[in-house]
Amino acid sequence: MAFAAASAALRGATKSRSVAPRALNLLRAISTKNRADLLAGSGAYGGLTDQDRIFTNIYGEQDWRLKDAIKRGDYHMTKEMLWMGPDWIVQEIKDSGLRGRGGAGFPSGLKWSFMPKASDGRPSFLVVNADESEPGTCKDREIMRKDPHKLIEGCLVAGYAMRARAAYIYIRGEYFNEAVVLDEAIHEAYAAGMIGKNACGSGYDFDVYLHRGAGAYICGEETALIESLEGRQGKPRLKPPFPAGVGLFGCPSTVTNVETVAVAPTILRRGASWFAGFGNPNNRGTKLFAISGHVKNPIVVEEAMSIPLRELIEKHCGGMRNGWDTIQACIPGGSSVPVLNKAQCDEALMEFDDLRAKGSGLGTAAVTMFDNTVDMVGAIRRLSHFYAHESCGQCTPCREGTSWLEDILIRMEKGDADKREIPMLEEISRQIEGHTICALGDAAAWPVQGLLRHFKKDIEDRIDDPSSFDAEKAFQYAWSGDPFDNAEWVGKHGDGLSYKASA
Amino acid sequence: MLSAARHLSRRLPTAAAGVQVRSMGHAQSFHINTPDNTPETYFDFTDENYTRVYKILSKYPANYKQSGIIPLLDLAQRQHGGWLPVAAMDKVAQIVEVDPARVYEVASFYTMFNRTKVGKYFIQLCGTTPCMICGSEDIKKTIEKHLGIKNGETTKDGFFTLLEVECLGACANAPMIQLNDDYYECLTAKTTVELLEACKAGKPPAMGKWGSLPMNGQVSCEGPLGKTSLLDGPPAPPKVDVERFKGGEVDPASVKAHMGY
Repeated sequence: MAFAAASAALRGATKSRSVAPRALNLLRAISTKNRADLLAGSGAYGGLTDQDRIFTNIYGEQDWRLKDAIKRGDYHMTKEMLWMGPDWIVQEIKDSGLRGRGGAGFPSGLKWSFMPKASDGRPSFLVVNADESEPGTCKDREIMRKDPHKLIEGCLVAGYAMRARAAYIYIRGEYFNEAVVLDEAIHEAYAAGMIGKNACGSGYDFDVYLHRGAGAYICGEETALIESLEGRQGKPRLKPPFPAGVGLFGCPSTVTNVETVAVAPTILRRGASWFAGFGNPNNRGTKLFAISGHVKNPIVVEEAMSIPLRELIEKHCGGMRNGWDTIQACIPGGSSVPVLNKAQCDEALMEFDDLRAKGSGLGTAAVTMFDNTVDMVGAIRRLSHFYAHESCGQCTPCREGTSWLEDILIRMEKGDADKREIPMLEEISRQIEGHTICALGDAAAWPVQGLLRHFKKDIEDRIDDPSSFDAEKAFQYAWSGDPFDNAEWVGKHGDGLSYKASA
Repeated sequence: MLSAARHLSRRLPTAAAGVQVRSMGHAQSFHINTPDNTPETYFDFTDENYTRVYKILSKYPANYKQSGIIPLLDLAQRQHGGWLPVAAMDKVAQIVEVDPARVYEVASFYTMFNRTKVGKYFIQLCGTTPCMICGSEDIKKTIEKHLGIKNGETTKDGFFTLLEVECLGACANAPMIQLNDDYYECLTAKTTVELLEACKAGKPPAMGKWGSLPMNGQVSCEGPLGKTSLLDGPPAPPKVDVERFKGGEVDPASVKAHMGY
C-alpha cells in the first residue's frame, strides 16, 4: 500500500522536477523515448538530471578526500539521521524500493531488518562486499577510488540500522591502489570523528576495517566471503544458518554490496520517495552501469533504472562501433546471466523484472556488448574457462561439471564434436544448476544455456562443416573504443598524469 | 568417452624433475622442494613489517587471529620479492597460532599467492570474455612475441612473467594488464610494446590520477570520447529538507545499551 501511494505521489513529483537545459536537449535527441514509453508502462526513466545523480564525482573532477566529499554533500546531517533511529532507517530504505546492487537484487531494507534487535551477548557486524570480480563489472571500483566517503558514511548508517558494532570492507586483492585510497579515507574519517567513538557526534560507536582479499571470484559469495575473512579457503557455507543468525566470527552479520551501502545516506537525506521516483515499480532508483565491449565509448555511468538498453548504449556509449544493427548479443548483467540476442536487445529494459522475463537478469548491471565479428561459441567457452578456474571445488557437480563444459566447448569451437553432444552439454548444465551449495554452479550453467538457446545453429553448422569457421576472421584485435578524443577535458582534470602516446 | 580421457590427462601433475610449472594459469596445488624453497629456508618478517603485522592483527577479535592469514601472507610475499616460500607460510602459521596446513591450504587456494618465483615485472593479463572480445588475445600474442615467452613462463633474465588471469574488474577499460600492483588499461599492440620497453628500461609509466593508467590517454572510466553526464562537474548538493529529521528521538547510546556494547 505504501508503495502504491508513494509511486502515485512520485509521478507528480517527477513531472514537476526541474530539468537542466542541457539534459532537455539530450532528451529531445532520443527518438526511442516514445516507443520505450509504451514498453515501460508508467515508469519514470531516462533523462536523469545531474542533480539527481548520487555519485557526482564518478569522473573525478573533485578530490576523493573528506574536504571535497563534504562539499558534495556527504556527512551532512548524519547525526540527525541516526537520531531518527534504526527502525526509521530500515523503513525508509524499504520504502525507497532499493534492491541489492550486487547481483541478486534482494530488497535491501528487508535484508537489513533480519538482523537481531537485541543482542544475545554477541555483537553484530556489517560486511561490505567489495570483491568485485563478476566479469564485466567495474562500478564499485569507481566508488571506492573517487567517492570513498560515500561508502564510509554508508557503512555507518547501514551498520547503525543493523545495530552493528563494526563494518568489515572486504576488497578484492587486485584492487591495490583502490584499497590504498579507501584505507586513507578511513583514517581521515576516524581523524575527523566521522567514525570511531561517538561517530559524527551521534553517541554511537562504530568502527570500519578494511580487509584485502587475495584473488578468488568465489569470495564474492556472501558465506565464502565470511569464510575468507576468517582466514580460510573461500568455500561457501551451507545455509541455514543464514549470516544474519551466524555469520562473521559466529556473530550475526549482513553482507551487502558497496553500491547498496554507498547510496543509503543519500536516499535517507533526500527521502525514499525521491529514490522511488526512478524506474518501474519493483525496480526503483538509480544505478551505476558499467558498459564494455564493442561500443564506441565504453563508460561507467549512473542512470535511472528501467532505461531501455538501446537508449543507454546510444546516449552514453555513442552506439555500437559498427552501428546498432551489427549487434550479435549482449550480456546485460555480468557474465553470470544468460546472453540476449539482437531481437531481445532491441526491446530490453535495464531492470530486474524485464530482463528476467527475457530469460536473463540485471545482475550487477555490467553490460557487455558483442557485435557480429565475435564468435559466440568462443566467447562462452572463455566464460566456461573462467568458471572452471574459479570453482572452489567443494561441490562435485560444479567442480567436475564446469571443466566438462569447458572441454566440450573447446571442441565445439573448432567443430570437433558430435551433434549428440549438444543435448549432452545442455544436460550437464542442468545437472550443475541447482545442485550446488552456492550460486556459482548456476552462474556457470546459465551462459552455456543462453548460448544453446540463441546460438545453437552456429554450433550445428560448425559441426557439419568445421572448415566453414574462419578463426582468423573471428580474431579480436584490441578495441577500447573510438580513437581518443577528449584531450581538452583530460588536460583540465587529468592532473597532467594521463598517458601521452608516442606519435 | 574421448573427452574424459583428455580431461584426465589435463589433471595429471606435469611437474617434472623438481621444477614447478603453471599450466593455463593453474598453479600446482602441492609443494616441491627447490634449492631456494624448503621448509628449512630462513624467513622472518623485518622489524618494520612486524609493526604492520601487529597492526593487521589488531583489526580482528583476539580469538580470531586466523583472520590475519591472508593479509600476512600478502605482506610476506611483498617482503620476499613477489613470491611466497613455504618457510614464510610456516612463519605466518606460527604468528597466528594455527597448524601450518591451515596456511598452506589458504596459500594454494588464492590466485594472488605465487608459490614459485616470478619475474621483477609480473604481468597478469586479463583474459576473461569482456577483455577477450576487446582483444586480450591480441595483447597476449604481442607480449609473447615481444618477450619470447609463453603464458605462465618467465623470461630468462628474470625480468618478466606472463600469466593470463581471470577478470580483474576493469572491464570498461579493456583490454588491460596488471603489472605488479598497477593496472595498465585500454591497451593496443603498440602501447603494449611501449609499456614493455619502458619496463625493460626500468621505468614503467607512472600511474594516473586515479591509481590506474589507461594507455589511450583517458583519465579513468569516462570513455575515449568523454563523459556524457555531469558535464559541468559535480553539482552542488541539493538542499536537504530539515523538517524530515525533526522528530528524531532515538538516542544511539540506547541502541548501544541493548546491543550489549
